[in-house]
Amino acid sequence: MAERIYVFKRFERFWHWSQAGLIMFLMLTAFDIHGTYTIFGFEKAVTYHTIAAWSLIGLWVFAIFWHFTTGEWKQYIPTTEKVLAMANYYLFGIFKNAPHPFKLTQLRKHNPLQRLAYLAILICVGPLIWVTGVLYLFYDKWTAWGFGNLSLEWVANGHIAGAFMMLAFLIAHVYLTTAGHTPTAHIKAMITGWEEVD
Amino acid sequence: MKHALTRAALLLCSAGWLVTAGPVLAEEPQPEPKPLKLTTTADHTKFKQLQQAFNSGPEVTKACLECHTEAAGQIHRTKHWKWEYLNPETKQTLGKKTVVNNFCISIASNYASCTSCHVGYGWKDANFDFKSEENVDCLACHDTTGNYKKPPGFAGNPVVKDTEFPPGSGKIIKGIDLTKIAQKVGKSSRDTCGACHFNGGGGDGVKHGDMDSSLAAPTKDIDVHMDAEGLDFTCGTCHKTSSHDVAGSRYTPTAKDSKGAHVRGKPDNGNPATCVACHGNGPHKKEARLNQHATKIACQTCHIPTYARGGIATKMTWDWSTAGKRDAEGKHIVKKDAKGRIVYESRKGDFTLAENVKPEYAWFNGQVNYTLVTDKIEKSEQRTPINRMGGSATDGKSMIWPMKVFRGSQPYDSVNKTLVTPHTAGNDDTGYWKNLDWDKAITVGMKDSGHPYSGKMEFLKTEMSWPITHMVAPKEKALGCAECHSKDGRLAGIQGIYIPVRDNNRLLDTAGWAIVFLTILGVLGHGALRIVTSRKH
Repeated sequence: MAERIYVFKRFERFWHWSQAGLIMFLMLTAFDIHGTYTIFGFEKAVTYHTIAAWSLIGLWVFAIFWHFTTGEWKQYIPTTEKVLAMANYYLFGIFKNAPHPFKLTQLRKHNPLQRLAYLAILICVGPLIWVTGVLYLFYDKWTAWGFGNLSLEWVANGHIAGAFMMLAFLIAHVYLTTAGHTPTAHIKAMITGWEEVD
Repeated sequence: MKHALTRAALLLCSAGWLVTAGPVLAEEPQPEPKPLKLTTTADHTKFKQLQQAFNSGPEVTKACLECHTEAAGQIHRTKHWKWEYLNPETKQTLGKKTVVNNFCISIASNYASCTSCHVGYGWKDANFDFKSEENVDCLACHDTTGNYKKPPGFAGNPVVKDTEFPPGSGKIIKGIDLTKIAQKVGKSSRDTCGACHFNGGGGDGVKHGDMDSSLAAPTKDIDVHMDAEGLDFTCGTCHKTSSHDVAGSRYTPTAKDSKGAHVRGKPDNGNPATCVACHGNGPHKKEARLNQHATKIACQTCHIPTYARGGIATKMTWDWSTAGKRDAEGKHIVKKDAKGRIVYESRKGDFTLAENVKPEYAWFNGQVNYTLVTDKIEKSEQRTPINRMGGSATDGKSMIWPMKVFRGSQPYDSVNKTLVTPHTAGNDDTGYWKNLDWDKAITVGMKDSGHPYSGKMEFLKTEMSWPITHMVAPKEKALGCAECHSKDGRLAGIQGIYIPVRDNNRLLDTAGWAIVFLTILGVLGHGALRIVTSRKH
C-alpha cells in the first residue's frame, strides 16, 4: 500500500477547479471573439468573457489572500535543485520506469519544473493577459488615465499572444497530470486532496 | 320645502365631505374649456387681412407681411431663398443656383420647373428679383392643410384656377383655394418640409435615401424620433430654427460635435440638429465602451443600420448615357421593373433603385469640396467625385460616417473638360426631356449658366456622397458588434484604425497556432512513447 499524504487543502482544490473552469470558458469565448469559430457570436462572447474575467479576478483576490495567510506562496519560489533531474526524468526516465526524482511532501508539493512553469505563468503570461485585458476592458478610460497614446493594436496583439501561451500551457498541464505515480494519481489528488506517493 | 331641500343638500354635502375628506367643488358642472390649438395663440381665420379672395401667392404674402413685418427680410438671408451659399472654409460659392449634381444635373435654364421647390414666387429665369418681399412664399412652409401645391413648370407659383398643363396636353391641374390655406397657416411640419425634401432629385425618396414620404407619419422602426405615435418630432424639433434660418447644412455639415448637449444660454451652443446637441457625448449609459466608439464613429453609423427603410426605393445609379432611345414609332420609351418603378426613360436614361440599403462608410470631417462647372476634369477610369468628402483617421476632426454614394454618368464637355448644365425641363424646342437632343440642350443650358461649351460632349462617370443622418432606428435595431468586428464587415474599407477581429494579425495567429499544435504534438508523442515503453516493462 502506497503512502498517502494530504497535499491540496479544501480551498486550494476549490480555487484550482473553479479557476480551471473559468480559464477554459475564457478560452472558449476568447477564440469566439477572435473569430476562430462562432458559438455565442462576438457580442455575447465579449459579455461572457468579461463576466468570466471579473469572476477570475475575484477568485484571485481570495487566492492571493489565502496564499499569503497560509504561507503557501512559498511553494512557488523557484529552485534549481533537481531541475535537470526532472527534465531528465520527463525526457528519458519516465519511459524506463525509472523512479520519480522528486519526493513530494506537504511543504514541497510542486516538483522543481512545476515551480518554474507556474512561476513563468504567474509572472509572464498572467500579467501580459491581465494588463492587456484590463486595458482592453477600460479602453474608454485610456485618455483619462493618461494612456492616450497607447496603441490598441499592440494591446490587442499582446492579449492574443497571451491567450495562445495559456492555451499551450493548458494542454501541457493537462497532459502532465497523467505523469504521476499512476496516470490518475495527480487528478485524484486535485479532487480529494490526497496524493499517493511511493 | 325649500328649507328641507337645502338641508338635505347640506347634509349630502357634509356627508360627502366626511367620506371624501376633500373640498366639494363640482356642484355646478363647469362648461368644457373651448377646444384650442395649443401650438399657437392666433386663429388666422379671424384676421381681416386673410378674409379675402387671393388670386396669387404674392397677394397672400402681402397680407402676411402686414403683421409679420420682418418675415420676408429674414427669409431673404437664408439658403432657402438665395439658393446660394459661400462656404467660408473652401471659399466655394455653392447653393442650388450654382452646384451641379448627378441627378437632374443643374437648375440653370430649368428654373420654371426646379423652382417649384423655391420658397418664392416667379423665379422663371436668371433675372429673378431676390429683393422682392412679396415674392417670398410663406405658405410653402406654413401650410397646414396639405392642399398647397406648387407644380413644376410654374416657376414656384401655385395654380389657383384649373389650368391645362403642358398647354395642349389635355392634362388639367386643379386650382387651389389660397384663402382657405392662408387662414389655416401654422408651424412647419414634416409634410411641409417633406413636400420638397422628401422629393429631392425629382421624386419620392430619389435623392437622399434617408428622407422620403414614409417620414410623413413614420412608425418607430422607420424613425424613432419622428414616430407618429410616439415622440412625433417634426423636422424643426432638431433643425431648430430662429429668425427663419433653419439649422443644419449639407454644404458645411457638423461631422463631429464635441461641444456636448446644448444648455440654454450657453454661448458656444453649436449646430442644434446634431445627435449630440440633445444626447451629449456620452449617451451610452450601460456600455461605457460604446461611448469610446462614439469618439470615432458617428452616431448615425450604428443607429441607422440601413436607409430607404420606409418602403420607398431610392435611386442608386443614374446613367444618362443611355438616354435618347426611341421606339419604332419614334416615341419616348418608359420601362418599369416588376414593382412598377421606372428603370428606364428615354429622357433620362437607366436607373437602379434599392430599398433597405446598407450605407457605405467613410471618414468625414465635415469639409465638402464640390466639382463645379468651372472646374477642369481629366476623364479617367475613376469616377469623378461631384463632391469630395474630406476626412481621415488622423486629422482629429473626422468620424466614420454612413454615406449614400450615388453613381452615374452625365454629359461632359470633352474639349473644355468640364461638367455641363443641360437644358432639360421645358416645353420648348431645346429642352432635352422633350427633344432628346443633347447638342441643343447643352448649348442652351450652358449659355444660361454663363459657361463656354465646345459643342463636343461625352459622358463622364461621376459619384456623389450623401451623408446619412435621418431614419434613426430604435436602439434595439442599432448595429451589432459583429457587423464591423468581423472579416469583411461593414467597415472593411476604413483605413487608419485597428478594429479587433477585422485586423487580426495573421503572423501572430500563425505563430500562436503553431505553438499550440506543437504542444499537442509533443504531448501526444510523449504519451504514446510512455504507453509503448510501459508495455515492454
